[in-house]
Amino acid sequence: MNKVLMSGNNVIGEAAIRAGCRFYAGYPITPQNELTEYMAEHMRNAEGGIFIQSESEVAAINMIAGASAAGVRVMTSSSGPGISLKQEGISSMAAQELPGIIVNIMRGGPGLGNILPSQGDYFQATRGGGHGDYRTIVFAPGSGQELADLTMDAFDLADKYRTPAMILADGMMGQMMEPVIFKKPKPRQYPEKFMLRGAGGGKSKFIRGLLLDPVDSEAHNWKLARKYEVISENETRFEEHRLDDAKLVIVAYGTAARIAKGAIKRLRSHDMKIGLFRPITLWPFPEMRLRTLSATVKNFLVFEMSTGQMLEDVRLALQGYADIEFHGRPGGAVPTPAELANVIARVYEQKD
Amino acid sequence: MIIKTIFSGFGGQGVMMMGTSLAQSAMSKGCHVTYLPAYGAEMRGGTANCTVAVSDEEIASPVASEPNYLVVMNQPALFTFQNRVTAGGSILINSSIVEASPSRQDITTFYIPCTDMAQELGNSRAANIVMMGAFVRQSDIVPPEIYLKTLETIMGSRKKALADINRRAFAAGYEYVQK
Amino acid sequence: MAKIVFKHPESLKENIFHYCPGCGHSIVHRLVAEVIDEMGIRGITIGVPPAGCAVLAYNYFDVDMIEALHGRGPAMATAIKRCLPDRVVFSYQGDGDLAAIGIAESFHAANRGENFSVIFINNAVYGMTGGQMAPTTMLNQRSTTTPAGRKQSVDGYPVKVSEIFSRLDGAAYVERCAVSSPAGVNKTKKAIRKAFQCQLDGLGFSLVEVLSLCPTNWKLSSVDSCKYIDEVMSKVFPPGVYKDLTGKTGKTAEARP
Repeated sequence: MNKVLMSGNNVIGEAAIRAGCRFYAGYPITPQNELTEYMAEHMRNAEGGIFIQSESEVAAINMIAGASAAGVRVMTSSSGPGISLKQEGISSMAAQELPGIIVNIMRGGPGLGNILPSQGDYFQATRGGGHGDYRTIVFAPGSGQELADLTMDAFDLADKYRTPAMILADGMMGQMMEPVIFKKPKPRQYPEKFMLRGAGGGKSKFIRGLLLDPVDSEAHNWKLARKYEVISENETRFEEHRLDDAKLVIVAYGTAARIAKGAIKRLRSHDMKIGLFRPITLWPFPEMRLRTLSATVKNFLVFEMSTGQMLEDVRLALQGYADIEFHGRPGGAVPTPAELANVIARVYEQKD
Repeated sequence: MIIKTIFSGFGGQGVMMMGTSLAQSAMSKGCHVTYLPAYGAEMRGGTANCTVAVSDEEIASPVASEPNYLVVMNQPALFTFQNRVTAGGSILINSSIVEASPSRQDITTFYIPCTDMAQELGNSRAANIVMMGAFVRQSDIVPPEIYLKTLETIMGSRKKALADINRRAFAAGYEYVQK
Repeated sequence: MAKIVFKHPESLKENIFHYCPGCGHSIVHRLVAEVIDEMGIRGITIGVPPAGCAVLAYNYFDVDMIEALHGRGPAMATAIKRCLPDRVVFSYQGDGDLAAIGIAESFHAANRGENFSVIFINNAVYGMTGGQMAPTTMLNQRSTTTPAGRKQSVDGYPVKVSEIFSRLDGAAYVERCAVSSPAGVNKTKKAIRKAFQCQLDGLGFSLVEVLSLCPTNWKLSSVDSCKYIDEVMSKVFPPGVYKDLTGKTGKTAEARP
């Protein structure tokens, strides 16, 4: 497979179709429109591919829930305000154990905010987002290549654990073109017993979300909780960059991590021992690895394009074993590596 | 070494295509590239711009806060972006349309009447390719033959007449600017 | 040999309905199940029950079912039918589900001409939550949230679903029936059958609105509830065929696994 130059939105669409996604429903919202358009164009050519421009984000998430129940690989996408509208449906998919991919190309918030890149939806993505006790697997790609790889992986994990998974990127990741190589997707493994396709001559099935009996309901919640525990144990992903001799570790994800890498490169040339810890899964958060790091590194700086959301997970992970500083740019502001380098240098000099 | 370029002009001048063709050809050469378009409401009202970063290593930020090159296809683009260009950088101006000159002294400016030149070649829509000829020669980011080959791939080989005029437009721009 | 003239439909589980005495849901459930039996489509039918009194419909229908969120049944049914075009898909919706919170999903599914059937129970009140105003609550009708009766100036008018949906180009068959009399029950069953047939023939969206009784929240006896449908409700929501693009003959259903 050759390298191709594609925008992030298109990469997600192409990776999804290659991974066997055959049902997409979505509603236009900037900065993810190219993904919806890509699916409209390319689902036509995929065997059995179905594209629906839904009447709302609410309808879209319920459509993918229905198609997922029917046994098809499904995806929807949106940005902040639309993702908020989908939350009831995401909660329901988690409850009904329906796999599916939700893409959030984050924009500035709160409210309508703006259409610039932001990381303000971290809480929404990693805390469940909707009502009730549940989690979604959240991937935070940091490059076009990762958008391709993680989109494919997300489908596999959503099936494996029968749960919705989210691709959390931002306007920059969605709009930016980068060279990408698509890997070969794994064949789908999803037992027919979970699919609702008519009873045939056999026993009928039902998929429900309402559990009026408190005993049933608690049992179901614990079942989900155990599943989330297994995911937490097995599916955390992260990248470590120049940590070997680092005295200060930047913790950042997605676009912020890219900028941090640029800043670190500048500072390293001035002999400052700075590294990067980049969570690739935001839920499950790689907290154990971060805690282990605190045995050798005592200074961390969390950098986010928000007022400080992942910061809370870093605090929980480090449990007071190390000092944590924070730098944030919310509301669609994207700092330059030079700006971030200045901030990091100030912190580094205080600690050194 | 990282080189960042902002292309800017009216919608319809092929500004985004200038960016994607540079990014694509730099990718063919084996470089790391990013291409970042302006999008959404920024695109309404008829202006367009995009940023291309080309580097021999991983690119941190696709945004150009201090671009090395600015390619200006209309007058508003000059006023919007001229102050961003890094000291010692270059501005390439479509002098057929842009009457103003940059106010800065610490940059090199090239005036290419690319719309007029394209018209002389018989297709004013090839103004962007004339400009790319000048840009490829000045910037030295990609060899002209790689750029031309990429351009043909992007445009599709079926439109022979178009490929021909693009080649001539590119050559005209390439010859116009002295190294 | 005794001849069986009446038996429990095969597509209905043996469970005892949780519905209140006299509730119309029990009647309509049975009708849907009888139609499924008679058409021989149990094995290829997928039902989408709503949030509302019929939320537990999967306890009764012996066909594959998936519970939808409040109002979102038509979005789910759209997707299921698109993915499995040779199945019979129906959503079962109440008046709040269809005409209030889920009006967008219902309207657009109809407008797209999605090839599934909606069984729409109109009892002019929110039953499960205890008798609040529904979008179909009639003017001057009392509910727990319109204690002095529904006032147009505050609450607007009752939504006439069949009238509105029949105007959409995507709708192939829309009929309003009432289960307040034996004749009405028979008519309703025929309408449900026609809706399913319409789907098998691939004609597009079909909707059967059923004026249904809710004695508990109406605070009437079952008999008086039937009278109420005939004498009051039917005046606001006249029964009848609002749209019918179905032909005289249709494909016969084959029970495929």
